[in-house]
Amino acid sequence: MLDRKLLRDLWKMKGQALAIVLVIVSGVATYVMLIGTMDSLNMTRDRFYRDHRFADVFAQLKRAPDSVKAQIAEIPGIGTAETRVAADVKLDIKGFPEPVTARIVSLPDVGQPLLNTPYIRKGRMLEPYRSDEVLVSEAFAEAHRLSPGDTFGAVINGRWKTLVIVGTALSPEFVLQSRPGAISPDYKRYAILWMGRDGLGTAYNMKGAFNDVILTLSRGARAEDVILRLDSLLDRYGGLGAYARKEQISHRFLSEEFKQLQRSADIFPAIFIAVSAFLLNVVVSRTVGIQRDQIAILKAFGYSNLGVGVHYTKMVLVIVVAGIAGGLAAGTRLGEALGGVYMAFYRFPYLVFELRPGVALTAAGITTAAALAGTFFSVHRAATLPPAEAMRPEPPALYRRSIVERLGIGRLLAQPTRMILRNIGKRPARSLLMIAGVALSCAIMIAATFSKDAVDFMVDVQFTRSQKEDLTVTFTDPTSKKAVYELMGLRGVTHAEVFRSVPARLRFGHRSYRTSIQGIEPGGSLNTPLDSSLRPISLPEDGIVLNDYLGAILGIRPGDMLTVEVLEGNRPVRQVPVVGLVKQYIGLQGYMDIHALNRLMKEGGAISGAYLSVDPRYRAEVYKTLVEMPRVAGAVVRKEEIRNFYDTQAEALLFFTFIATILGGTIAFGVVYNSARIALSERSRELASLRVLGYTRAEISYIFLGELGLITIASIPLGMLMGREIASYIARAISSELFRVPMVIGGATYSLAAAVVVVSACFSGLIVRHRLDHLDLVAVLKARE
Amino acid sequence: MKGLAKLYRMGEVEVHALRGVDLDLFAGELVVLLGPSGSGKSTLLNILGGLDTASAGEVVYREKDLTRAAERELTEYRRHHVGFVFQFYNLIPSLTAQENVAVVTDIAKRPMKPEDALSLVGLGERLTHFPAQMSGGEQQRVAIARAIAKNPDVLLCDEPTGALDSTTGIKVLEALERANRELATTTVIITHNADIAGIADRVIHLSDGRISEVSVNDVKKRPGDLHW
Ligand SMILES: Nc1ncnc2c1ncn2[C@@H]1O[C@H](COP(=O)(O)OP(=O)(O)O)[C@@H](O)[C@H]1O
Ligand SMILES: [Mg+2]
Repeated sequence: MLDRKLLRDLWKMKGQALAIVLVIVSGVATYVMLIGTMDSLNMTRDRFYRDHRFADVFAQLKRAPDSVKAQIAEIPGIGTAETRVAADVKLDIKGFPEPVTARIVSLPDVGQPLLNTPYIRKGRMLEPYRSDEVLVSEAFAEAHRLSPGDTFGAVINGRWKTLVIVGTALSPEFVLQSRPGAISPDYKRYAILWMGRDGLGTAYNMKGAFNDVILTLSRGARAEDVILRLDSLLDRYGGLGAYARKEQISHRFLSEEFKQLQRSADIFPAIFIAVSAFLLNVVVSRTVGIQRDQIAILKAFGYSNLGVGVHYTKMVLVIVVAGIAGGLAAGTRLGEALGGVYMAFYRFPYLVFELRPGVALTAAGITTAAALAGTFFSVHRAATLPPAEAMRPEPPALYRRSIVERLGIGRLLAQPTRMILRNIGKRPARSLLMIAGVALSCAIMIAATFSKDAVDFMVDVQFTRSQKEDLTVTFTDPTSKKAVYELMGLRGVTHAEVFRSVPARLRFGHRSYRTSIQGIEPGGSLNTPLDSSLRPISLPEDGIVLNDYLGAILGIRPGDMLTVEVLEGNRPVRQVPVVGLVKQYIGLQGYMDIHALNRLMKEGGAISGAYLSVDPRYRAEVYKTLVEMPRVAGAVVRKEEIRNFYDTQAEALLFFTFIATILGGTIAFGVVYNSARIALSERSRELASLRVLGYTRAEISYIFLGELGLITIASIPLGMLMGREIASYIARAISSELFRVPMVIGGATYSLAAAVVVVSACFSGLIVRHRLDHLDLVAVLKARE
Repeated sequence: MKGLAKLYRMGEVEVHALRGVDLDLFAGELVVLLGPSGSGKSTLLNILGGLDTASAGEVVYREKDLTRAAERELTEYRRHHVGFVFQFYNLIPSLTAQENVAVVTDIAKRPMKPEDALSLVGLGERLTHFPAQMSGGEQQRVAIARAIAKNPDVLLCDEPTGALDSTTGIKVLEALERANRELATTTVIITHNADIAGIADRVIHLSDGRISEVSVNDVKKRPGDLHW
């Protein structure tokens, strides 16, 4: 019988229950979506890594004869080792004038590749000993609409060659295909190619030799030990220092992205669940308030405290269960959608999306616990209310003059405005909670969408203010400074500045980090590294400037001596004083005056490349010439790099903005609508009385909705502050070696958040307004309070 | 009003709350509407006050047909011409006595000052008290002050003493009688208490949705002389 009452009660407050259900759905859905996506990406990655035998340790070297392979295999702790030939090449794609570079990796002609085996998506595997056949990375093929059978040109070791695509492929080594040094994958301008070992070896004079080693560790072996032995073995052959998987570029990017996803999964669902608990609390306590007399009668008839408690708990549970069910369903859908978005970014052959029962159970458990905790006091109060007391109506609330009025402005206010202020003042705790709830919805939107502003800012600093070159040209090897004159001689090149970039392992004490040192021309205008206050970093004549994140990783301070283990040429090890730390958003590098770096390297004026200003009219011509210049390893067009960055990010950003808008809107609606309905149930009598006294619909709407409006308006600035706080927490949490997220929130982000809150509030206002217009004037006059 | 009828339809069940009521009210008179519970008194009063519409018949107020008036016109009518007093006072809990009256004077055309209205009902000293700080009788007198403060043409009171003991009830009736006398407001008081009928100019008996009897009091009693 009580259950029937339960259903009728719920039916009567279906609007409110629905609003709460929606908030719970949002919370559970975000949780399931984020954790589910995380899980499935992790599972996908692990399975791909396992099935395609992703290596644990990587090493590049100058050249070693095949016989060394046997020695490598003897190093204790190594599972499987494979030697390869790998190189960077320039490509010439028909109809695409911009510079394209590729990493080309060999596959054995005999037998199967042992490690990092490509997954063939289309076409077939290479045929043995065919030096014109290649596999092309799927992302690149898609970006250029290339299919098996198509051909393109490549400059391999200075020689132009036509290559035939026999298949498209994916590899655990290149899940994220980004050019070293780039901040995002670039599928149009950077490719991965696989070619037969014999063909590639011949082109690079590596017949019977190799320049790349990948290996797995045997069970229980430590990467550091293996790396140490491998380095000392390869030292003689120009080894550039082996590194473990965690430093492998694709893996590193992936891990960082996963970490960010994890942080979001920590924050957002928590907010939703808190809001649902709050809403349930408000609604249940109001319901208990209204049903005091019913409770009394139930108890007078002999229902126990427990019985009454269980009854109201069931009411909460019905709402919660509906929310969880909806949330799981929606979350699974959204998770799949988000997975799809990430799949465009990460190149996995498949996505394993499945919702672990554990995730669903956790979501359900946390939500239920929070909801019950949120309603415990109301239910408890209902259950323990002595019947005699329950029969009496709730004691009347005491009103006071509001602060505004006490300040003396009161005279100016009409009665309706006074009523608004006093009603807010009457239940300050509830008004504050409501403000907090709406503010949270505003905050959630800001926190979920500010990353776009941060990224804009980062890109602006890095690619507009700091870098001004049109084109960055890199040489295949460190070259004499004279090489730049050849570049300056090209028609259309108006200005050039040289740079030296030296790959190095920086070491301080027992900590080390693999990166590169940039030597730039002091006083140059094309690339001026900036600190976080956007001032150009002044490079001292001697010593090195590190960015502060790198400084923190190494635990080094200005004045300390940094050990630089150069990973190039004959790999000198040098000591350099750290003269300064600067805050920077992107990358982890050391900066030196190019002359100081040359001195450090004990080389004359060697350069690694040059920054060029190019007259736009001659751009295509310059690109074309660069492809043909044997010494040039590749070129990067700054504008295209920016555009690509946005292209690759756009979809994910849009997705998050979309989700955040819906979720923020849901919370705002849930809070405002529920508060409105409760206020309406408390005050319909008063409002109807006013109508009887001759107030128009518009006038009582002002009184009633004015309160909501005031609360909504009050909550927006608070929401902005909270959004800022959450955003800055997120910014700190997702800062990584790749980039530090600046705390920049644009006006548009604030406005969008505020607009969503206002629209949701208006929407609930409209629904309530409809009820206000249909108040039963006669009915309220019959009943006692 | 002529041939007034009201039919409440609740699913299958039909309730005839009024079955053809003809009645004229004259300016300045004090009418008591007497009848047992359920006889249709409130329904009649609500229709008179523009809170409800009749199913048949017509109510004409100064040449204006209220039965065919739009919602907006009814609001206008209530706003400027009618004062209401209800059994359960229906004060605004968040406003003081004075402000509760001001709620009405703010929107009326030629109101009295809220203080004057409250003095008229003997509450000149309680201006700043909130409803929760007053007794039932005092609250009801605030409600009367609120009803008369706009100088209404018609004052409609639905069981104004229903929730009060007799001593307090008499104070309330005194306030009503004084307002009728001093302001010449047409006043209709509903009650099921026949003792109260003594203060009226005319007593209209209602039973089962029909007027069963109309009696005129030649000598009006003062509320102070009543007891029940
Ligand atoms: N909203 C309503 N719905 C259905 N029936 C109603 C409604 N209001 C009043 N009635 C019925 O109309 C009749 C007259 O009611 P009412 O005018 O309130 O009587 P009184 O005020 O004389 O006690 C009663 O039988 C009552 O049950
Ligand atoms: Mg009645």
